[in-house]
Amino acid sequence: MNTLVNYVRSLFLLELFRGMGVTGRYLFRSKFTLEYPEERAPQSPRFRGLHAQRRYPNGEERCIACKLCEATCPALAITIEAAPREDGQRRTTRYDIDLFKCIFCGFCEESCPVDAIVESRIYEYHFENREDAVMTKNKLLALGDRYERQLAADRAAQAAYR
Amino acid sequence: MSDKKVTIEVDGRKLEATAGQMLIEVTDAAGIEVPRFCYHKKLSVAANCRMCLVEVEKAPKPLPACATPVMDGMVVHTRSPLAIQAQQGTMEFLLINHPLDCPICDQGGECELQDVSVGHGSADSRYVEVKRAVPKEDIGPLIETEMTRCIHCTRCVRFGAEIAGVRELGATGRGEHTRIGTYVGTTVTFEMSGNIIDLCPVGALTAKPSRYRARAWELTRADGIAPHDSVGSNIQLHLRRGEVIRVVPAENEAINETWISDRDRFSYQGLSATDRATQPLLRGSGGWRPIEWSDALTLAAEKLKAAGANTMALASPRATLEELYLLRELMAGLNAPSLDYRLGQGDFRAAPKAPGYGLAIADIEALDAALLVGSNLRKELPIINHRLRKAVRGGAGVMTLNPADYEFNYPLAESVVTAPAGLVDALAGIARAAGVEADGALGKRIGNAAPGDAARAIAARLKEAGRAWITLGALAESHPDFSLLQGLAGAIAGATGATLGFLPAAANSVGAALLGCVPGDGGLDAGAQLAQAAPARLLLDIEPAADLHDPSRAMRSLEQSDFVVALSAYASESLKAVADLILPMAAFSETAGHFVNGEGRVQGFRGCAQAPGEARPGWKILRVLGTLLELDGFDYESPEAVARAARAALDANGVDNAPGAVDDGASWNPRGLQRLGDVPLYRADALCRRADALQRTPEPAQAFACVNPRLARRLRAEEGEPMRVTQGDAVAEMPLRISTRVPDDTVWCPAAVDGAETLGPCMGDIKLEKA
Repeated sequence: MNTLVNYVRSLFLLELFRGMGVTGRYLFRSKFTLEYPEERAPQSPRFRGLHAQRRYPNGEERCIACKLCEATCPALAITIEAAPREDGQRRTTRYDIDLFKCIFCGFCEESCPVDAIVESRIYEYHFENREDAVMTKNKLLALGDRYERQLAADRAAQAAYR
Repeated sequence: MSDKKVTIEVDGRKLEATAGQMLIEVTDAAGIEVPRFCYHKKLSVAANCRMCLVEVEKAPKPLPACATPVMDGMVVHTRSPLAIQAQQGTMEFLLINHPLDCPICDQGGECELQDVSVGHGSADSRYVEVKRAVPKEDIGPLIETEMTRCIHCTRCVRFGAEIAGVRELGATGRGEHTRIGTYVGTTVTFEMSGNIIDLCPVGALTAKPSRYRARAWELTRADGIAPHDSVGSNIQLHLRRGEVIRVVPAENEAINETWISDRDRFSYQGLSATDRATQPLLRGSGGWRPIEWSDALTLAAEKLKAAGANTMALASPRATLEELYLLRELMAGLNAPSLDYRLGQGDFRAAPKAPGYGLAIADIEALDAALLVGSNLRKELPIINHRLRKAVRGGAGVMTLNPADYEFNYPLAESVVTAPAGLVDALAGIARAAGVEADGALGKRIGNAAPGDAARAIAARLKEAGRAWITLGALAESHPDFSLLQGLAGAIAGATGATLGFLPAAANSVGAALLGCVPGDGGLDAGAQLAQAAPARLLLDIEPAADLHDPSRAMRSLEQSDFVVALSAYASESLKAVADLILPMAAFSETAGHFVNGEGRVQGFRGCAQAPGEARPGWKILRVLGTLLELDGFDYESPEAVARAARAALDANGVDNAPGAVDDGASWNPRGLQRLGDVPLYRADALCRRADALQRTPEPAQAFACVNPRLARRLRAEEGEPMRVTQGDAVAEMPLRISTRVPDDTVWCPAAVDGAETLGPCMGDIKLEKA
């Protein structure tokens, strides 16, 4: 019996017409597709994109070289060297994130006691050399300076859940 | 404490204990964890942190385990609701004023407060009020303070009172206003003060040289043996990416207990000195140039082969057993008998075969009397001094016969201070008072001596004491009449029943002696070697201007030598001045090896740090040299194989303190002033001379001439005035210091410091005049 039903269905291309029906319906509806880069998808404040290092409003870098991000990083992407700065404060002399290793898990941001290392909303970037994949302290701080308003707003939006 | 056994019950377990023991000792031995801050097994019980509160049945309140003696039938609960409530309460109070700045605290990750708060504290805080802050104090270049973090356990204060004998830190104020500090803002100078870094359960006292360099979890740990003195303290090196970040003590009750000296703790800084030799260097017409290892070794072998039996070698007593053994074999292969390790010895006429302590380090604290001859023990061997201090606290009498009134951190029973040349007569006086019967040169000396009251008292005390120790220190060894001193000391030991001991200065002095790194038949000792030129010389780990007894003569002799091959970790200026070929050697912590300490204990260690550049372990260099010289028995493939051969070659009789026979009674007879040239605490070897933090302590690092006020008046010179110091044709200029600790006719002018490189023997005639 089943064999007969299947035979009839394939003989009259019923499945094909059902599929074409779906296609026809969507042909006249409004589209999902975004015309990237002219159009952008909405982002969550929790978006985990490229890293940045933040400063306090007075311009002082936040990072205190506690090395918790380095310790927690599951991909061992972070390398930190620390030493007392001239004024005796604990500061990093080197803070590198290897983006080839990074898996953007966000643990570094979560572990940071001073909200220094954060993951920004930036997801469009490229490297022309292999060494460009290493985000140095200066690069991270420059990104932080540039996007501070957005970064601060995102942290504020999430404060209640942390 | 009686030996009565009692049985107690802790958390349902029956435990055996000795009556009078504190509860915490019993739980520690049984592996039951009781949180604590102020309790430390090597310090007295203070019971002021209250963290170790436990519930004891039939006691109305929780009791501190560290101050509760066990009693038979006692039932203790360490994790009962009452105990937990008490511990959480204490923890909450401790955290009220703790800044919780763990992310920037060097103790973070290895902090007792962190651990105990996680294990025994409550999960959240109810405290919202203002916290107390305490200004930090600068207590010197070794220890960083952050007193806001202090929880007032007073371990550091008790360390000062009980271990150091110098109350450098104290508590002022009460309750919340308690502060730990020096009160007057002085530097902490005790030679083992670094131990308070380990004692501090929080981050209030941390190591300054390694400040902010690494986190506890980044460090890998490697066991090692301290290379700076003959104690052989067990240490643990903490490394990060092949670089030594810090050194901490490893516990060994037989040697260093839980302490190490600051020299052992902070000397690692010298490993990264700028003058480390990183590639083979050859002196050419245009100065020094780097060459390939293969060329360097071929050249060295060629020169050594050409010189053959006329080759002379000096080995540092800080070299490992393996290096010394291969050097000895190399010299034997060349049929060259002139090999010596006794770089600082001032007299070679007679000496014991393998001088060492003569007793176990742990037995020192059980002594009843000790006589130190020519030893500034506190600065020579801090750990031995600590043991002796324990003996004094137990009622022993320590007596000294010294060329200066050195400071000890315990009261001395007797102290004789004489100008350096007077040591022999003073010791002969003690021998006469002790009733020594001797003939020959010594007998004559003793017969002529006129013992004073102090000498009689010393002799009497040595005779009365059950366990007495006569020991000769570094100043006796560098004395021009060391042979007489050792003979006299041996005679006194014989007459009084005391044990004769020597205090070898370097980590492997005893090892070098047991290997027989001394001149063979027709060979020259260190003194004679440096009185003449040689066709080829081999220097193992030596900095000529600082390590040798008479730097000016040594430099001249080395300069006149045709070819000087130096195996050295440092391409120091003085080495560059005399050497022709420098082979870069791995330093301490970069090579595996063995040391034999002053009691004759052989201790091994592994290489853990990365040697810089092309530097290679000394045993490898010597092995290849031996192979190139086509000598047999140099085909070792691993440090273990060399170690086996070296250990097998050790004299099985161990330390042999029997004094050498004295035939020649002639002695140093100065007409004018005498130089007292001791090696200061942090100038003992190349490594600590380059440790920046140690050099910034108040210990001497720069040359000076120190005289007593009488001599200063005679010279019409003031403190700080530049003086010209002359020893034969050796001249140097240095400032004058005035101290009442220096005896008459004596100029205390330390050796191995910056500015003393051009001087003569560290004990000898000296002239002093205004520059």
